[in-house]
Amino acid sequence: MDIQETQRLLSEYLHELANLFHRVPGSAIFLRYVKSSYQDDPIRSAVELFLFLFAVRYLLAPKYSTKPGVVSLSEDEIDDLVDEWTPEPLVGRPNTLEEMEVEKRTVIVGPVGPKSKLANGRTVTNLASYNFYNFNTNETLKESAIQTLRNYGVGPCGPRGFYGNQDVHMKTEADVASFLGTAACIMYSQAFSTIPSVIPAFSKRGDIIVADKGVSFAIRKGIQISRSIVRWYEHNDMEDLERVLAKVTKEQARKPLTRRFIITEGLFESYGDMVDLPKIIELRLKYKFRLILDETWSFGVLGRTGRGVTEHQNVDAAEVDMIVGSLAGPLVAGGGFCAGSEEIVHHQRISAAAYTFSAALPALLSTTASACIDLLQNNPDTVSQLREYTKALRAQLDPRSDWMSCTSATENPILILTIKPEVVTSKKLSYEDQQFLLQDVVDECLANGVLISRLKTLEDNFQPKQFVPAALKVCVTIGLTKKEIEKSGTIIRHAITKVLSKKK
Amino acid sequence: MPRRFSNNSSNDTSSNSPSFTPSSGKGGFSIKAPSVKSHRLSQFFSTSPKSSRVEPQPSQAAPQSTGANPSNVTPISSASLSLPTISLSTATADNPNMDEMPTTLFQPPTPEEARRLAKQHAQFGPIGHPSHRYSSRHPGGVFPEPVMDEPPYYYLLTTYISYLILIAFGHVRDFFGKRFREENYRHLKPRNGYGALNSDFDNFYVRRLKLRINDCFERPTTGVPGRNITLIDRATDDHNHHFYETGTTTDTLNLSSYNYLGFAQSEGPCADQAEESVRKYGIATPSTRAEAGTQDLHVEVEELIARFVGKESSMIFSMGFGTNANVFPALVGKGDLLISDELNHASIRFGARLSGASIAMFKHNDMRDLELKLREAISQGQPRTHRPWKKILVVVEGLYSMEGSMCNLPGLVALKHRYKFNLFVDEAHSIGAIGPKGRGVCDYFSIDTQEVDVLMGTLTKSFGANGGYIAADKAMIDKLRATNSGMLYGEAPAPAILTQISCALRIINGELVPGQGEDRLQRLAFNSRYLRLGLKRLGFIVYGHDDSPIIPLLLFNPAKMPAFSHEMLRRKISVVVVGYPATPLVSSRARFCVSAAHTKDDLDRVLAACDEIGNVLQLKFSTGIAGGALPPTEEMAPPPEMEKEWHRKRSENLTPPRWRIEDVIRRGVQDVKSPLY
Repeated sequence: MDIQETQRLLSEYLHELANLFHRVPGSAIFLRYVKSSYQDDPIRSAVELFLFLFAVRYLLAPKYSTKPGVVSLSEDEIDDLVDEWTPEPLVGRPNTLEEMEVEKRTVIVGPVGPKSKLANGRTVTNLASYNFYNFNTNETLKESAIQTLRNYGVGPCGPRGFYGNQDVHMKTEADVASFLGTAACIMYSQAFSTIPSVIPAFSKRGDIIVADKGVSFAIRKGIQISRSIVRWYEHNDMEDLERVLAKVTKEQARKPLTRRFIITEGLFESYGDMVDLPKIIELRLKYKFRLILDETWSFGVLGRTGRGVTEHQNVDAAEVDMIVGSLAGPLVAGGGFCAGSEEIVHHQRISAAAYTFSAALPALLSTTASACIDLLQNNPDTVSQLREYTKALRAQLDPRSDWMSCTSATENPILILTIKPEVVTSKKLSYEDQQFLLQDVVDECLANGVLISRLKTLEDNFQPKQFVPAALKVCVTIGLTKKEIEKSGTIIRHAITKVLSKKK
Repeated sequence: MPRRFSNNSSNDTSSNSPSFTPSSGKGGFSIKAPSVKSHRLSQFFSTSPKSSRVEPQPSQAAPQSTGANPSNVTPISSASLSLPTISLSTATADNPNMDEMPTTLFQPPTPEEARRLAKQHAQFGPIGHPSHRYSSRHPGGVFPEPVMDEPPYYYLLTTYISYLILIAFGHVRDFFGKRFREENYRHLKPRNGYGALNSDFDNFYVRRLKLRINDCFERPTTGVPGRNITLIDRATDDHNHHFYETGTTTDTLNLSSYNYLGFAQSEGPCADQAEESVRKYGIATPSTRAEAGTQDLHVEVEELIARFVGKESSMIFSMGFGTNANVFPALVGKGDLLISDELNHASIRFGARLSGASIAMFKHNDMRDLELKLREAISQGQPRTHRPWKKILVVVEGLYSMEGSMCNLPGLVALKHRYKFNLFVDEAHSIGAIGPKGRGVCDYFSIDTQEVDVLMGTLTKSFGANGGYIAADKAMIDKLRATNSGMLYGEAPAPAILTQISCALRIINGELVPGQGEDRLQRLAFNSRYLRLGLKRLGFIVYGHDDSPIIPLLLFNPAKMPAFSHEMLRRKISVVVVGYPATPLVSSRARFCVSAAHTKDDLDRVLAACDEIGNVLQLKFSTGIAGGALPPTEEMAPPPEMEKEWHRKRSENLTPPRWRIEDVIRRGVQDVKSPLY
């Protein structure tokens, strides 16, 4: 093929191409544009051509990672690295404290009551369960639970959103709301999972949480998962709270308004003391914060009929935006709740993870909760009797022991006993030493026929680290006689003295 | 044996309706009447959930679609269960005494006895024929990826347009609402110095999309969520903002509860033992597990579960969500990598976020993607510092609750041997529901449970109780008992619930009422495959693996969600519909959860209902690549053992399967036992 032939073919193809191009709709416009722009401004055409070529090159360029610091390795090198890599075991070995935790676990055989039988065959006085009113062995409650069981089966086999929404759940929600005096209420199927879901449902990234330093583990988890900005105030220190609130308000003055929350507990899990609710309400109104109050330990306990800290301190429950509480424990049912306005409750039905993605509470536990609320409401005597017993037990322990003191509020049926600071310093007790000593006290009590427990602590990965004191936990129950309670108190006191005085 | 097509629907003996017997095979099912077409069109664009407007259409369409079967138009009422159903059953799961003569055939039972039986059967249906059983097990070889069929582009396009219309309407309504009905928007605006309670943007979906179909969610129920479920009827006067109860109830066939093995029963051995347990132990264990909340029952159930799943030790909790939410911080932390399937449940994400570990995701069930992620992670180490990861934990679910797909355990185990990661399998849905012995995915794939480091599961679903468990080696569990916050702070499970679990486990084991556990497992496996095959053959797109009891039926257009739900409810069937954000935007779906308590007749009823609704709502758009193709003629149909090859040959030129309902029902029982192509 000679050159002329090639030229002819080439021009033929070009001609065909030009024809094709002309047939494309809009090609005339494009052509006109190119022609005119070239006439007006050849540099512009050059720049456009350059841009076009650059775009083509960019599109054809091989993909590269946008992650910084990625080392490119060949497949063989990766294989070698994979062979070399030795991971740590999934869970490490337990430390001595953890070993003790598992080893010393008490197993109750038969029902949990004021007197419980242990796996070793001994029957002991049970001051470790939250069975304050001894509802657990109440025959009427049992009968109504059985009746529910016979009508509903055991499990609801589905989440509330998808056909697990039984009429008994709605009734319990209404019962709790009317008991507390709030507009609405939402029920969760585990008390411990309630507040870690309530907090992130409202408080998002960028929102502000002001929380007590002594809040429970569950609240800390809720704050952690919400990823909000957290400011802590000293435990139960209202002046410090005001200082923090003023500081936050000043800091945020020029920024767009975000949601702001104060989170605290009614009765504190780790200390047992009580919140000063009227003061907090005053501050929250002054600084325009919403209040989330965790009444896990105070609902069913404080107040004339057990409505919690709002009844006890004569605060209208509507003043608190969210009241979170537990139906397990003294109410011998299960699950937790959050009570508040209708908007607050409705929002949780869609966006609280532990509600939407979890199966509903078993019907028999739901009806039990309703029945227990009814019992409390109609028998204020039970609540006052519990308070009397609490006083009697406390009298045996707090003022009379040289070694330990009780940090709980006087109305709290859970007595949190910590070793007195002067004892800790004089004996140079480390935190671990205290835990071991307290376990010895628990063992000593058990040997004398009284079951109590230690306050459980768990270190988490959320900063700042929380300091939870080493403490004993003693729970009052009105299933015993007052004499028995007093006697148990004496046994505990003697056990404390025996163990602590031995320690050099 | 002549079986009624649906024993619940037409017990009325006066209406002699041999519905869908093979003889009535002439009834065509295609809707060609123009009047219907206009209805379809109008329905198509009606994004409103207002049932009052939608309702009349299907009632007109139904007689046409059912062709020669006028009897089927009568509303199906399972309330008529109390009539003496002629029980030809030889074995019911509730009645272990199989040799009992079926005397009830000739002698109608006393009203009291009939009521008792009706109640029993409403919770657990008697098996229709001994052949309605199957044992599910992975046949070996490579585990196939589930075939994801896609609808014609028309449906994808209209889905997007539907959402656009919904969003546009929502914004228009917001525009006027915020000006004229301000009180409805109070919680979305900063007021009195308080920030807005909810973000306006986040709330838009709830306010403008979900609210329209709110009546399909949170339907109140009462009684046992067994084979049937009783819905409490409700109505609304303010466009789904509030509902009030109308005072009546509706018995519906329950395809919504996670009652895989049918243990949601208020009578029978489990309920009897649970009652005994309440009498003996009281109602609750009012303490945390670590303090004084461990009873002999807890220890016993933990041992039973460990033995059941094939691990040394286990621990139980009172909530399934909480089990996952609390275990991850005890397993992984800073410097560890957690690789999670992208479709893992919210509880896993919740726990993973709390743990502080780095989190990576891989494409759903994609082993190649996982391998790439693993190679990158191990070779690159931690970001910035390039230190090697302390450990890598791969988290998958056994059975995915929205997809119906199973994890590729053989693939995972092969990767585990190479890459030395730890494996966590969440068997929330698969435990009890999958495998020849009901022991989850390890059982199904015949894989040693030692290959999986941590087995987690819930007790809510297959066992009809509540709570969750974690099973692993004894050393691991002992450490976790002291470091898992659920153990230290979560309330202990209640005695009645523990007894239900132990009773259900013993029944599946065969320790209690021998034969019944096996019966339940095999009925579930049969039912799952039967319904899935039927839906495929009718032409629906269904997702997931053949043996999964979760069957998602794809709807695509958002307006079809309420329409499907309402139409099923009118036919007395409860189904779950899910859309965005629980699924990807385009793939809204209805989800069927099959139970061992269902009978074949129940499933035939579901198939017939789907067939009708599928015609009206234009839901039959499968291409046939996922199986269910129609043999051209009866003679050319291959024998079951040859079917796989036959389909491979035909795969080039597929005809979309659009079987007639009679053929589906006629061939269902024999074909269900071969691979579902």
